[in-house]
Amino acid sequence: MQYIPNAENDWPEMLAAIGFKNLEDLITLLPEPLRLKKPLSLPRPLSEMELVEHLLSLSEKNKPGKMKSFLGAGAYDHYIPAVVDHILRRSEFYTAYTPYQPEISQGTLQAIFEFQTLICQLTGMEVANASVYDGASAVAEAVLMAHRLKGKKKCFLSATLHPEAQQVTRTYAAPLGIEFLEIPYSPDGLTDLDFLDQEIDDHTFAVVLQQPNFFGCLEDLEKAGQIIRARGALFIVAVMEPLALALLQPPGAWGADIVVGEGQSFGLPLSFGGPYVGFFATKESFLRALPGRLVGETVDLQGRRGFVLAIATREQHIRREKATSNICTNQALCALAVLVYLTILGKEGLKKLAQINLSKCVYAKKILGSKFSLPFSAPTFNEFVLSLPKDSQEVLAQLLPAGIIAGFPLQKFYPHLKREILICLTEKISKDDIDLLKEKLENLLEGA
Amino acid sequence: MEKETPGISGLIFAEPLIFEKGRKGRKGYSLPPLDVEEIKPEEVWPSKLIRPDLEGVPELSEVEVVRHFTRLSQWNYGLDANLYPLGSCTMKYNPKVNEDLARLPGFAQTHPYQPEELTQGALQLMYELQQYLCEISGLDQVTLQPAAGAQGELTGMLMIRAYLADQGHPRHKVLVPDTAHGTNPASSSICGYQVVQVKSTERGVLSPQDVAAKMDEEVAALMITNPNTLGLFEEHIVQIAEIVHQKGGQIYLDGANLNALVGLTRVADMGVDVLHFNLHKTFSTPHGGGGPGAGPVGVKSHLAPYLPIPRVVKENNSFRLDYDRPKSIGQVKSFYGNFGVLVRAYAYILSMGAEGLRKASLVALLNANYLRAQLKEYYHLPYDHPCMHECVFTDRNQTRYGINALDIAKRLMDYGFHPPTIYFPLVVSGALMIEPTETEPKEVLDQFISAMIKIAQEAQSAPELLKSAPHKPKVSRLDEVLANRRPKLRWRP
Repeated sequence: MQYIPNAENDWPEMLAAIGFKNLEDLITLLPEPLRLKKPLSLPRPLSEMELVEHLLSLSEKNKPGKMKSFLGAGAYDHYIPAVVDHILRRSEFYTAYTPYQPEISQGTLQAIFEFQTLICQLTGMEVANASVYDGASAVAEAVLMAHRLKGKKKCFLSATLHPEAQQVTRTYAAPLGIEFLEIPYSPDGLTDLDFLDQEIDDHTFAVVLQQPNFFGCLEDLEKAGQIIRARGALFIVAVMEPLALALLQPPGAWGADIVVGEGQSFGLPLSFGGPYVGFFATKESFLRALPGRLVGETVDLQGRRGFVLAIATREQHIRREKATSNICTNQALCALAVLVYLTILGKEGLKKLAQINLSKCVYAKKILGSKFSLPFSAPTFNEFVLSLPKDSQEVLAQLLPAGIIAGFPLQKFYPHLKREILICLTEKISKDDIDLLKEKLENLLEGA
Repeated sequence: MEKETPGISGLIFAEPLIFEKGRKGRKGYSLPPLDVEEIKPEEVWPSKLIRPDLEGVPELSEVEVVRHFTRLSQWNYGLDANLYPLGSCTMKYNPKVNEDLARLPGFAQTHPYQPEELTQGALQLMYELQQYLCEISGLDQVTLQPAAGAQGELTGMLMIRAYLADQGHPRHKVLVPDTAHGTNPASSSICGYQVVQVKSTERGVLSPQDVAAKMDEEVAALMITNPNTLGLFEEHIVQIAEIVHQKGGQIYLDGANLNALVGLTRVADMGVDVLHFNLHKTFSTPHGGGGPGAGPVGVKSHLAPYLPIPRVVKENNSFRLDYDRPKSIGQVKSFYGNFGVLVRAYAYILSMGAEGLRKASLVALLNANYLRAQLKEYYHLPYDHPCMHECVFTDRNQTRYGINALDIAKRLMDYGFHPPTIYFPLVVSGALMIEPTETEPKEVLDQFISAMIKIAQEAQSAPELLKSAPHKPKVSRLDEVLANRRPKLRWRP
């Protein structure tokens, strides 16, 4: 109740002004039969001290800081420089609304303009929006946009696209009657482009690949682009670990039409899966079909530079049922985190950080690959698949008491990959951690 | 009762784009030394995969980065500075302790794919929040997955579609009142429905007759907002729900305006089948300059099989994620929802308790009606009866001086206030839609009233002052036409 400033003695004057006597009488604004006759059954209100104690004890049930985790698979545990959260905690940013009134929202607007620019630079694309909910819904929005542009019915999703992104895309597209086809992966861990080449036809409106793919492997986007363009379909690339783009040729360089992805790697905590931030970039020629908000540069009455929400005639609050998407609130503060993170790391810091990730991954592949098998031969960035001699769930469970979460069991999404785990190496994993993982796995699996 | 308003003058720092700052060699990062052999991409990747350069990413020191964003922040109007009376946005105070709680290491550092035995705290919080939202709405089950109100709408409409398809026919129309938010028709349309608009009456609400006239067996649902965007309670909602249900349709309630109702009534009692909550409105989580929000969806039991997977369930005193729901519409978002936002809403409900939540709604009604009563002498009130949590005025009294809602909004900035929502709802010409929320002291409301009255007087005596407003912010009125005619949507190297 501490958040209602006016107290009992403020009310009589205000009530008198509107012709009421008691605060309780305001319930008469509701029809009598609908009035709730008993109090809601909720826990008694907690003081701030009790609240903190309660949430602290809940949070500790998650055993923070006790585990060495090799989990990635779409959510990456990178170190977040202190600056990022200090900026996010500026309440001028976090207590502002969507910048509908540009003259008093220039901070948010310029930041989004800068975010849009950096997303373009990283992906090699011409235009990017102000953000969407997350990587998975960004893929879904990209498929919907391609469908609007092309009006055909077939869409190919690579089996190595994040399975949750595949799911979300299918959910979003359910009412549209789109025919989804899955492109299998080859023995090397990459999307089977020969399969795509054979199966793609003139009814295909889009093909979605992920780079690096869900197995951590680096796809041949050049070849994929050639196959897709030859059939006049749109080439959609999803990037769920965008740190890779610091070293990796951007999808735009291979002629991608839409590049979407998950920005969590850049300054957002794992936070049990959200809030994260989806990014969405495309070619200038598709600008009018873009979902979500856009910030554009303009001038004020004195000719000074300023920023406003632009090309809003695509959006739901203007176009209603004819809008390019229903999205309204997006992930603005998370986009700000990405922007601050990218600026504090800077060009050199990002390259160095990406190289640290790559180096750890190469080391882990060497060490673990000397004892266990690496099923996929394709090059990787900071994740790779390891085959264990027995069921992955069993092994993972047995390593927990040693304080190790050894990776992601691929059987959750790929039932035939029973013994395979996806291992992620960020800068937070040390050589000792990798050596320890190897030792524990060896001990556990000796003779298996 | 003229009051001094807080919009005085102040020092504003200039600041270029981040790309126009910094220099080669500047460093804001510090990275740990590499403890394994250094590998360059050219050693392990085919050369065509390697990026030649990371062009366009700036190089700055930490202090430059901090000053850049601090200066930018100072160009923003935030709720922590003053009243933010945007109608249908429920800009209520964002409790500080909740910001800390969402950042507790046990929440912030939990990976979504951690084994369930290592996520029990997070799952318990989600489970209990689902229970609280069920209790508040009277609905049977809640999903916390949708990331915002509009995604909640999509989720709800997809469930309705799946349910009706199971009954034999998904139908092809959705009824939407002319006062609805733009997301309602947009969400219906994405779900493949044709939108049929229902006009509201001269009292500003839907009439059962008008709904009955449009209702047939091709209508999947009525999407309704209650109170509606005119700030009026849809008084015939029970009868309207019966009409829709009789023909097999569903009632979708847009929960954007739920702040008027918590603890006073339960939407399930109105005949609602699906509701989305906006945790970033009713439950005090910050708007963040346009997100992240959270848009949980509650349903009656007949729609529960269609809820998105995974569901958070409780079994033998422990919690787990249940994916085994054959009728589910699937996932609408990766993982389980905007968890950090859920933590804040959960903490808010626990600090308020049942009595606090109810009082918040009553005071929200009081504050809105107080503004309505104090301003109606100066601004045209198209529906002159008591409102709920927001009131809608128009610019009709001012247009005779050539002044419109936009001018009034811009002039309010000079007095130190964020403007109300303008030109919405669309059914009212020149709308000024004001929602003060319960978290404003009376003095602030009085200052706002005073500013609005002065502006009404200025409209008559000095209209130029309004036409050229705002005068005090960092920039004056911006050329939106130019931004659309020659879009410049990024900086270029």
